[in-house]
Amino acid sequence: MAEILTTADGRPLKAALQAAQARAKRRAFWLVAPLLLFVLLTFVAPIGQMLVRSAHNDGFSAHMPRLTAWFAANPGAADDAAWEALALDLQDSAVAKTSGIVGTRVNYELSGTRSLFTSTARKAKDFAPPYREALLKADKDWDDPALWGVMRQVSQAYSGNFFLAAADLARDADGTIVQVPEDRRVYVNLFVKTFVLAGVITLTCLILAYPVAHLLATLPMRWSNLLMILVLLPFWTSLLVRTTSWMVLLQQQGVINNMMVAAGIIGEDGRIAMMYNQTGTIIAMTHILLPFMILPLYSVMKTIPPSYARAARSLGATSWTTFRRIYLPQTLPGIGAGSLLVFILAVGYYITPALVGGASGQLISNLIAFHMQDSLNWSLAAALAAILLALVLVLYWLYDRLIGIDNLKLG
Amino acid sequence: MALPIYASPLERLWHRTRIAICVVIFLFLMAPILIVIPLSFNVEPYFTFTAKMLALDPDGYSLRWYDQLLTLGMQAPEGERDSAWWADAWANAQWVKAAQNSVIIGFWSTILATLLGTLAALGLSRPEMPGRKLITAILLSPMIVPVIITATGLFFFYSNPCSILGPLGPEGGCGRLTSTYIGVILAHATLGIPFVIITVTATLSSFDRSLTRAAASLGASPVRTFFKVQLPLITPGVVSGALFAFVTSFDEVVVVLFIGSHEQQTIPRQMWNGIREQISPSILAVATILVIVSIAMLTVVELLRRRSERLRGVTPQ
Amino acid sequence: MKLKTALLATALTSAAFAAQAQTLTVMSWGGAYETSQVEAYNKPFAAAKGLTVNMVAVDNPATPIKAMVEAKNVTVDVADVEYADAIRLCDEGLLEPIDASKLPAAPDGMSAADDFLPGAVTECAVASIVFATVFAYDTTKFPNGPTTMADFFDLTKFPGKRAMRKGAKANLEMALMADGVPASEVYAMLETDAGVDRAFKMLDKIKKDTIWWEAGAQPPQLLADGEVAMTTAYNGRIFAAAVAEGKPFQTVWDGQVYEYDLFVIPKGAPNKDLAMEYIAFATDTQRLADQAKWIAYGPARKSSGALVGKYNDGKTDMAPYMPTSAANLTNALASSYDFWVDRDSELNEKFNAWLVAN
Repeated sequence: MAEILTTADGRPLKAALQAAQARAKRRAFWLVAPLLLFVLLTFVAPIGQMLVRSAHNDGFSAHMPRLTAWFAANPGAADDAAWEALALDLQDSAVAKTSGIVGTRVNYELSGTRSLFTSTARKAKDFAPPYREALLKADKDWDDPALWGVMRQVSQAYSGNFFLAAADLARDADGTIVQVPEDRRVYVNLFVKTFVLAGVITLTCLILAYPVAHLLATLPMRWSNLLMILVLLPFWTSLLVRTTSWMVLLQQQGVINNMMVAAGIIGEDGRIAMMYNQTGTIIAMTHILLPFMILPLYSVMKTIPPSYARAARSLGATSWTTFRRIYLPQTLPGIGAGSLLVFILAVGYYITPALVGGASGQLISNLIAFHMQDSLNWSLAAALAAILLALVLVLYWLYDRLIGIDNLKLG
Repeated sequence: MALPIYASPLERLWHRTRIAICVVIFLFLMAPILIVIPLSFNVEPYFTFTAKMLALDPDGYSLRWYDQLLTLGMQAPEGERDSAWWADAWANAQWVKAAQNSVIIGFWSTILATLLGTLAALGLSRPEMPGRKLITAILLSPMIVPVIITATGLFFFYSNPCSILGPLGPEGGCGRLTSTYIGVILAHATLGIPFVIITVTATLSSFDRSLTRAAASLGASPVRTFFKVQLPLITPGVVSGALFAFVTSFDEVVVVLFIGSHEQQTIPRQMWNGIREQISPSILAVATILVIVSIAMLTVVELLRRRSERLRGVTPQ
Repeated sequence: MKLKTALLATALTSAAFAAQAQTLTVMSWGGAYETSQVEAYNKPFAAAKGLTVNMVAVDNPATPIKAMVEAKNVTVDVADVEYADAIRLCDEGLLEPIDASKLPAAPDGMSAADDFLPGAVTECAVASIVFATVFAYDTTKFPNGPTTMADFFDLTKFPGKRAMRKGAKANLEMALMADGVPASEVYAMLETDAGVDRAFKMLDKIKKDTIWWEAGAQPPQLLADGEVAMTTAYNGRIFAAAVAEGKPFQTVWDGQVYEYDLFVIPKGAPNKDLAMEYIAFATDTQRLADQAKWIAYGPARKSSGALVGKYNDGKTDMAPYMPTSAANLTNALASSYDFWVDRDSELNEKFNAWLVAN
């Protein structure tokens, strides 16, 4: 029978160890706690709040209280009470100057209705019973059942309608989900385009990074350190500086076109449009993201002993076979790490496409910015951001599973 | 990358081709940075090399665009360059003010990010840390999440920060953080934190734990051990992390555009406006200055890396 | 240590400057137009009141206003917006009402209400200028240049890239006029779906070769850089580039779309009384006439018209460059705010979908 081991002061060793372990755990956690709290407050919570906004919009319900209450209580078609609620709400909104907000909310679902609300609200102070007739006199469109269907939908502050819109879908008058007309389908295509462009950029980066990383990994330290600076300097240089230089280089009257004209490759009229289109986006983003591909590749290649390749050659493999069967498989972790990182960063890019992308080189981030700053459809912007975020988090999770985030290195 | 002695002529050719390809790729990497520097000295407001420039004629070069950086926005740019002129430039010149804002915001966000980030990295590198994987994932996420999403979220949040407290918050909110320096500083600190964590953890991972145990066994308190043993060894990592955080803030434009106003006009924000409207060569002058700044930063980081490798006894092969 | 001192000094000076003088912030369109406003309004106002007037340049000041008011983050006192936006923002309760009684009478005693052009003073806005969206080309590329709106859409006769404003407004009108619709019928046509489709069909013709600009300063730059051969632009920007900078740009007035630009005060502006004073000051007879010395936009007061003379170089006569001069109005369209207040969001939505679709 084993005796229970005790510490010098007589406590069971197991318990003492556990207590020490718990203390160490707590201590470690308290070191992390301030930052964790900081990041939760200034990063995670705001993004969570934004997600709520993507499913919440009280533009209608907050300013049309009577009609909202009527919708909640009555499932059927509009009766006199509904018309009265509508008329009185419009009267109030004219005084409070909120008809534009209400109209905008309805307009998101049923295009062309914003003016119905604003123009009717302007005439609303003379409304008297019977309200239905008064409203129809102001505008006969009020009788449209589709409009009432939409008003019922938007009277609920919480809804998934903005996610539907972000997927080019909509609810029709009786609530069935349908695709929007072809000339309004925007977002699905743009998500696809963003992913395709990010894929192209990742692939270009990989093709360019592979030989460079290999060179850096096989040169003597003295030389590779020197050449490494050529990779790190762009990495440290401001994004805007690099984008600006690409604009200078790619313009029709820019350095590259001028050089080609001077060399007689193209004529004065044949200047190539390399900017304000997808080409510009791809070139500039490839340049900006290239170091993120070179660095992980390099760190993997550096650990591959050259003796393997030599052994393969001595056993009679051609250099191509040696590369394909021996070297390439060993660099796969680097390829995975670099590609995933570049792809994740490319999918969310905003600045460079906005400056050099023109109309065809825009990515999903640019449309989020457009809805935030120009069209001011914040709920839709939040819904698009939520979808993009979900996709990026999946990639992030994948990265963690395959490579491990602890292995992320800089320079 | 010397060729083995048994290489065939075809392999030799391929070897040369490969080196040529690498040279082209290095050119691609450096060209944008190299091009802006000479063009920023162009006497003409064009973005191409004039005949005079190519002939290295001094008349083809000038400092006028650098001068414009000082004078743009001044009350009396024409006057004599005495102390009043410089005071005017300091107070009113747009680029000078933008530089001041960038430095102020960068400085404070770096302090915040480095302080919190280093502490957290110390915690994360302890083997006893509970939930390390999840917490690391959360702390590094500001680097992964597209900045437009961060900016959007912060915009809503900063408009009414107390809404986070829900019904507990004060009635009618508690002011705003949008268009404030504090708001931008907090946001930039968040964006810089992952870089601090990564660099400091990297230094700590190669840190020999027996050193702290030795110190403890010799009677040093944990605090003393930290300041006398651990800190000196991880300082290079901390400083590199701080530089990364500073550069992140110094280069950040999307968040400033979303949550800042004209009062928080930083260099990138000013550049953004300038590039969108017209790339005047003074933008290239700013770009050149920024390139020089990044060369300086890179040099410091490289020197620190070597110092830290020497300290930790990692010898270069 | 040095860094610390420098930072402290910076912090102190900026604090000192914040405290030193009151600052009025005006949000406008940037570029040459901003210069004209700074010279004609801001500098004399700052001198008269002993304060600082700040200028903030954005693509279109109407868009940030809503974001600012809704986020309770209003940092500007005065903004310069287009007519339809002024009405729309006013409808949504995003603007302070204007006290029209503060607007000064004309020098000959005519009341402000009579002196301003019709519709130039509304509940929430006061017009300062009349501007036009026109198209312009590089004369070195087309010595026998385009002369009609239809030429802008004719890639065979006048090959080369085009640039247009990124938005539905003015583009749809121009497209219809190019397609042969008389100016007087453009809006009636755009009220119908068929009319809108017809306009987009016309835009389809040049879509592949068009770059879309957002800031008013971009089109002259695109022309100067040789990125495009022809572009639509605000007439004053082309004037500034052609006359002040000597660029070989020619404005084509056929099919121009003209309208007012108006001053508004965003709801909750930090200095709204001062903002009203600024607007009253800037829109008096002399100031509006002065502005026309700097850019080719017509003043919104009748009494200013007579005072408009030459450009600030002292030799260029401004009249031929004004959107409102008779020679430029032969085939011109007054932008309809009635139409755009109601249809703006819908048509822009359609426009953006059209733009993204391949």
